[in-house]
Amino acid sequence: MSGQEIVFTLLGIVAVGSGLLVVTTRQLVHAALWLVVSFGALAGGYLVLTAEFVAWVQVLIYVGAIVVLLLFGIMLTRAPIGQSMDLDSGNRWIAAGVAVATAAVLVTVLVMGFRDAHTPLKPGGGSAEELGASVFRTWVLPFEVLSVLLLASLVGAIVLSRSDIGPRLPGRAGHPGHPGRGGRGEGDG
Amino acid sequence: MLEIVVKLALVAAAFALLPLLVGQAEHKVMAHMQGRLGPMYAGGFHGWAQLVADGVKFAQKEDVIPQAADRWVFKLAPGVALVPYLLVLIVVPVGPDGQVVLDLGVGLFFALAVMGVGVIGAIMAGWASANKYSLLGGMRVAAQLMSYELPMVFAASSVAMAAGTLSLSGIAEEWRWYWLPWQAVGAVVFFVAGLAELRRPPFDMPVADSEIIFGPYTEYGGLRFALFLLAEYAGIVVLCALTTVLFLGGWKGPFLDTELGWLWTLLKVFVLAFLVIWLRVSYPRMREDQLQKLAWAYLVPLSLAQLALTGVLKVAFA
Repeated sequence: MSGQEIVFTLLGIVAVGSGLLVVTTRQLVHAALWLVVSFGALAGGYLVLTAEFVAWVQVLIYVGAIVVLLLFGIMLTRAPIGQSMDLDSGNRWIAAGVAVATAAVLVTVLVMGFRDAHTPLKPGGGSAEELGASVFRTWVLPFEVLSVLLLASLVGAIVLSRSDIGPRLPGRAGHPGHPGRGGRGEGDG
Repeated sequence: MLEIVVKLALVAAAFALLPLLVGQAEHKVMAHMQGRLGPMYAGGFHGWAQLVADGVKFAQKEDVIPQAADRWVFKLAPGVALVPYLLVLIVVPVGPDGQVVLDLGVGLFFALAVMGVGVIGAIMAGWASANKYSLLGGMRVAAQLMSYELPMVFAASSVAMAAGTLSLSGIAEEWRWYWLPWQAVGAVVFFVAGLAELRRPPFDMPVADSEIIFGPYTEYGGLRFALFLLAEYAGIVVLCALTTVLFLGGWKGPFLDTELGWLWTLLKVFVLAFLVIWLRVSYPRMREDQLQKLAWAYLVPLSLAQLALTGVLKVAFA
């Protein structure tokens, strides 16, 4: 094994191990923090594969935004210090089955598709230039389709979060002149 | 190999020295602007020993961990808050021709990504303290980061588009004087969003001492608290250095760019740091809803407009 492969394997072990800790720890906030470790190891894996740009975007988006959002959500609802006993869902065996099956499918596809094929890693192969050129030349149609999907979910989120639109409930018509959203907050006194 | 070691030593020295200089400057500037007498007393002339006295005070305080706290996360948090800023300094160029420890091809994204990680330290501190005020502070930190990360990345992307590269050295290399008016909006958005990410006044709602004591840092004392303070000052240095490199031309000055480049960089960083301190002294704290409104209703549209402007001019004059 070359140095790269050893580092990659170690990072994989860290990613999977911390991923397991995410679902097995009995402390809610620790799960989110283990997720940081898992994402970090994943980014390290990308780095070893010379995908620099993807690696740092992974850190920026997942560690910097998604995990912070998760932590915010946990802290907003409940964030007990110490162990919680009611974290296990009744679905956990089904979920574990689905997870193992998914992993099995992915591993099988990889093994059957590539066998022991190797692609040489060249520095700069995953740089922003290479990635941009391939996304906007070769893969521009899937990219645009994805952006429409994201736009649709964005519009959906706005619709869901607005309380001043939607079906009119009988007997609960809006009061004329009521400011509704955007009125003065409680702290404005 | 030797070159890298020397450069790393220089970065470590800068990391040890620059935040302290900013801290000392903050004491003095605030003392002058607000007529504060305290910071002008220690050591005699102009209170030069104030920072030393602070250091001694922090070092001899008892190390207290609240009984109900999550000990591991509580102890880890100051490190998580501080180390990312050290890592960012590694990719910040101070002069032309490789006066940088590591010239990463995607240096800009590295800097932004790692800066975002530092904020998790404050959130961890807020949660692990087992204190409702700290928890509130931690939540405000998280909410603030989520709002201001977006305009910050947009503003930085605008410069990257203008320069045609993500390398920090490359961006400073491409910089021309007309970027000042061209990228002016982006520069302001970047700096303001960066201030918010550092939770500096007027964006210090998460640590608002008059309502939630000191937010995430309420339960910290002694050296651990000093580490958080150091992280704040290191954050100022990093933000000012990034703004300098991205928007103010980095090492480019009126003369002797190659020989005195590092001096121009330092000068710009300190002018910006002075601005940061000045803002703290002169602006009242913004309320939480005002903070969110500033981010989503002003900074995000402004940064998008800057992106469009950059793109249009880039294509038109390419």
